[in-house]
Amino acid sequence: MSGRPLIEARGLRYRYDNGTLALDGVDFRLLPGETVALLGPNGSGKTTFAHHLNGLLRGEGFLSVCGLAMEQKNLAEIRRKVGLVFQDSDEQLFMPSVLEDVAFGPLNEGRTPEEAREIALAALDQTGMRYALDKAPYHLSAGEKKRVAVAGVLAMNPEVLVLDEPTTFLDPPAQRDLVTLLGRLEQSKVLITHDAALARALASRAIFFQRGKIAAEGPVAEVVERFRWEATPPAVSAPDRN
Amino acid sequence: MHHVVLERWSRGASFVHARDARVKVLVLLAYLVALATTAPITFAAATCYAALVAAATVAARLPLAGLALRAAAVLPFAGTFALFSILAGDGGRAASLVSKSYLSAAAVLVLAGTTPLPKLVRGLESLGVPRFLTLVIQFLYRYLFVISEQAQHMRLAALARGGGQLRFTHAAGAAATLFGRSYARAEGIHGAMLARGFHGRMELLAEPRLGTADVLFLAAGLAAAMALRLAMGAVG
Repeated sequence: MSGRPLIEARGLRYRYDNGTLALDGVDFRLLPGETVALLGPNGSGKTTFAHHLNGLLRGEGFLSVCGLAMEQKNLAEIRRKVGLVFQDSDEQLFMPSVLEDVAFGPLNEGRTPEEAREIALAALDQTGMRYALDKAPYHLSAGEKKRVAVAGVLAMNPEVLVLDEPTTFLDPPAQRDLVTLLGRLEQSKVLITHDAALARALASRAIFFQRGKIAAEGPVAEVVERFRWEATPPAVSAPDRN
Repeated sequence: MHHVVLERWSRGASFVHARDARVKVLVLLAYLVALATTAPITFAAATCYAALVAAATVAARLPLAGLALRAAAVLPFAGTFALFSILAGDGGRAASLVSKSYLSAAAVLVLAGTTPLPKLVRGLESLGVPRFLTLVIQFLYRYLFVISEQAQHMRLAALARGGGQLRFTHAAGAAATLFGRSYARAEGIHGAMLARGFHGRMELLAEPRLGTADVLFLAAGLAAAMALRLAMGAVG
């Protein structure tokens, strides 16, 4: 993993309208082929940072994505290069059928309906969701919705995938399937998660956010250990009732 | 949820479903104009107009009773205005107001129940409806899902904590919370649309094309509406 960073942020700051300082000088680099896990407490700025990567939020400081400065004129291209998978799939899936939803991005890019359909079908194949192409998204299970959401992003052929809590609402088998699917995708990834096991499975590096700043970064195991970022203490066992 | 049912209906397969959205909108307009200009509307006239909507509903393989029930959603509004007419001593106007509102709603439901929203919106754009208006329709429709979802979640949460009977003060607070939550949710959806390159226009997977059957449907629909209007004019 080397070469020019796909994402580079320097001194990124963002304050919400209500006065909350969500990002307070974030420096970040994502190299080609790399998967980085963003860990940290709720409200520490992880999702705010993710929304900057796709231009949904624009703060102060320097941000470059795939060699493009975060400016209005580059926004359409940046949104094509960075695929953002939202935490709540119901926010992401808004078209009446799965096929139309996955084709939404390619059609917006100016692809012909025939091209968009082919691209969407290929993305559905990639995520194993072709069987549901005529279904309404709200009839799918949480795991299926997540796969369709990932397909919708893959259909835009992004260079970077940004995944916000991808395993939320999923049962363990669906989580396992999703991890396998994500592991197979060749794109560089930014993975926001509270799940240390997921971070260990997919990421080579972890960054810990605290109060809008990066508090630490390094190998996933080290960061998890340092901040005790496991949901279950290893020694917990059921009380002996005999 | 009405809009979920409508969404499901619109995905059906029938001769009416297969027609181009533009011709369906034009036939609906002709029907509405004919209905609105038939004054005063007699029982016979109302029956004939209702029969036309019923025929379209059957041809579209939509459930007649379900559609009739859903069209009744306009009655509280129409009924309020009809009440003023009755108080003013004009019972005929009240009956006309209620019957025309109901039949118009039923006709609009046939259109909405046989045309998926993206196609309907594209059809309206092709007929010259301003983009701003079609955008509002798109978002309004999408956010109906959001608001009703949020309302259902809040209702369940209230029930789970024993809040069966809603007092006015609670209802007012809940409405404010519902607005806030729906707004935040709507922002999320809009962000998700922008993230996938949305630029203000819903593109379709298949470009609409007018076929012979569409032209024939348009001619038959316009002729039926016009014939009905002329005949009812003579009766009225």
